[in-house]
Amino acid sequence: MNAVAQYNFAYLDEQTKRMIRRAILKAIAIPGYQVPFSSREMPMPYGWGTGGVQVTASIIGPDDVLKVIDQGADDTTNAVSIRAFFAKVAQVATTTHTAEATIIQTRHRIPEKKLGAGQILVYQVPIPEPLRFLEPRETETRKMHALEEYGLMHVKLYEDIARHGRIATTYAYPVKVEGRYVMDPSPTPKFDNPKMHMSEALQLFGAGREHRIYAVPPHTQVVSLDFEDHPFAIQHFEQPCALCGAEQVYLDEVILDDQGGHMYVCSDTDNCEERRAAGHVGTLGVAQEAAE
Amino acid sequence: MYVAVKGGEAAIANAHALLADRRRGDRSVPGLRLDQIVEQLGLAVDRTMGEGSLYDTELAALALLQARGDLIEAIFLVRAYRTTLPRFGYSQPIDTGAMLIERRISATFKDLPGGQLLGPTFDYTHRLLDASLVGGTVPAPLTRPAEVEAAPRVTDLLGRQGLMEPDGDTDPDAEVGDLTREPLDFPLNRDLRLQALARGDEGFLLALAYSTQRGYGRSHPFVGEIRIGEVDVEFDVPELGFAVNLGRIRVTECQMVNQFKGSAKLAPQFTRGYGLVFGQAERKAMAMSLVDRALRAREFGEDLVAPAQDEEFVIAHCDNVQATGFVEHLKLPHYVDFQAELDMIRRMRAEHEAAELKEAAE
Repeated sequence: MNAVAQYNFAYLDEQTKRMIRRAILKAIAIPGYQVPFSSREMPMPYGWGTGGVQVTASIIGPDDVLKVIDQGADDTTNAVSIRAFFAKVAQVATTTHTAEATIIQTRHRIPEKKLGAGQILVYQVPIPEPLRFLEPRETETRKMHALEEYGLMHVKLYEDIARHGRIATTYAYPVKVEGRYVMDPSPTPKFDNPKMHMSEALQLFGAGREHRIYAVPPHTQVVSLDFEDHPFAIQHFEQPCALCGAEQVYLDEVILDDQGGHMYVCSDTDNCEERRAAGHVGTLGVAQEAAE
Repeated sequence: MYVAVKGGEAAIANAHALLADRRRGDRSVPGLRLDQIVEQLGLAVDRTMGEGSLYDTELAALALLQARGDLIEAIFLVRAYRTTLPRFGYSQPIDTGAMLIERRISATFKDLPGGQLLGPTFDYTHRLLDASLVGGTVPAPLTRPAEVEAAPRVTDLLGRQGLMEPDGDTDPDAEVGDLTREPLDFPLNRDLRLQALARGDEGFLLALAYSTQRGYGRSHPFVGEIRIGEVDVEFDVPELGFAVNLGRIRVTECQMVNQFKGSAKLAPQFTRGYGLVFGQAERKAMAMSLVDRALRAREFGEDLVAPAQDEEFVIAHCDNVQATGFVEHLKLPHYVDFQAELDMIRRMRAEHEAAELKEAAE
């Protein structure tokens, strides 16, 4: 016990990595299918992204450049913590620039900048089973996937329309992958769903607590479920980012006072910073620069 | 003015420094040593080892110290260390019948071979706070020559008369599952179920066990036997061709004797519920054996009516490291998703208002 504990490159032992890589290969071979894997306890709690961390740890090499985002931002505490973890246990280069990264681990967002071939997006997934809240039993949901029995999901979406006049699912919006498996895109806002479709990047999903890995290989169809008379639509913001003036991006609402004052800023901090560096200025951007 | 949420790195470092300070507390009070924790908070160490699935008193004590006495946090620390350890292989099954017994009681027989031995139990203490513990001295306990009388397990005694169901009909050469190496695939066999229960949360299993006593999956249990003591751990070394003794561990075993099961072909027999836990952990072993029996409902063709009988419900939720992680992760930022919900509810409220206005106008 006196000896300092030694850890392997990227924390996990090589046997574990091999086991996870096998699960990843199977997941890539069957897009959208949830592959069970023997998830390990990680040095961060379940729910903090242990699935994503295990996937990243299994695929990362010394030459990789890692970016970690949480809620779209590089500087949220958990993103900082995971980035620091890999910098420590794998000594890899890290970046906040989307274009420079070879691996991007994310929680709840897909970067605004289009991802390219050779990049891997690793999602942290809390509940991988899209049917879980319709059917709590794993034994049942596995059967439903096997039989491609997704009627229940359509009934759920229809009930939304009957009750609210629209599909009321705003995040973790179910998708169908390559015309076969219904998949949970992780709790990303539905705004990001279209980015998954025919993406040039490889998309891997890790759910640690639930022991599941799934994948969307490059150039794979990812279609959000909908109805002919209620087609899928993403969120639209009525104003651009207050800092960089970006439109057609996902925004965070920031409360400014207790009088209802608020502003909208980019959720993707890297995209926002790049735009500001390129001279784009939003309505409150100049004031912000001056204040700094 | 908008202040960007910057400086996560500095905030984390500062939080850790403050945590270290609070953990140490008043510097004028001597710091705890690990041997003090091992010797004087032994049951906390035992629970950490049991639910952490790693038998090492010193590491468990370190985990408890690091966790400021938070048991689930300590269990988590031990688990995260355990998972990085290489596997050399699996030991031979321990023989609890050959246990060096410190405590052994049966609620089903007044006397039995090997006798009843109360051991270090709280059972008949009066729960009066004892101020003399602070700074007082404790005399050494009386000793007696080691007993040579064998203490066969009560279930074996009943089994010899055919009154107790045999201990499973699994092929002795069958490979036992390992839930730390393979993902769980429901429905489970009893080996994996027992593994999950052995590392399951004591509080959760206690509540489920209690529910079976109050009618939610009743099984008419009797404590056939509880025994606590040390057993040898032996490891088969292929090169040697015989098993090598690795050392001893303390375990608590509970065998619950439950109401009979029989059929037109099969004479009625008592059924078993089994609990086995590292260290001295009687409450946990008893709760485990009640839940084990409840989970065998399907095997015995009993009606599945209670939560404790529901394998997916019990096993998927009994791990406190998983449970605490997922419950506590709700404090992580969710503002992207919440924004999506905000947007939706505002749109729906606007439509609702417009509809009301229109109705009022008509």
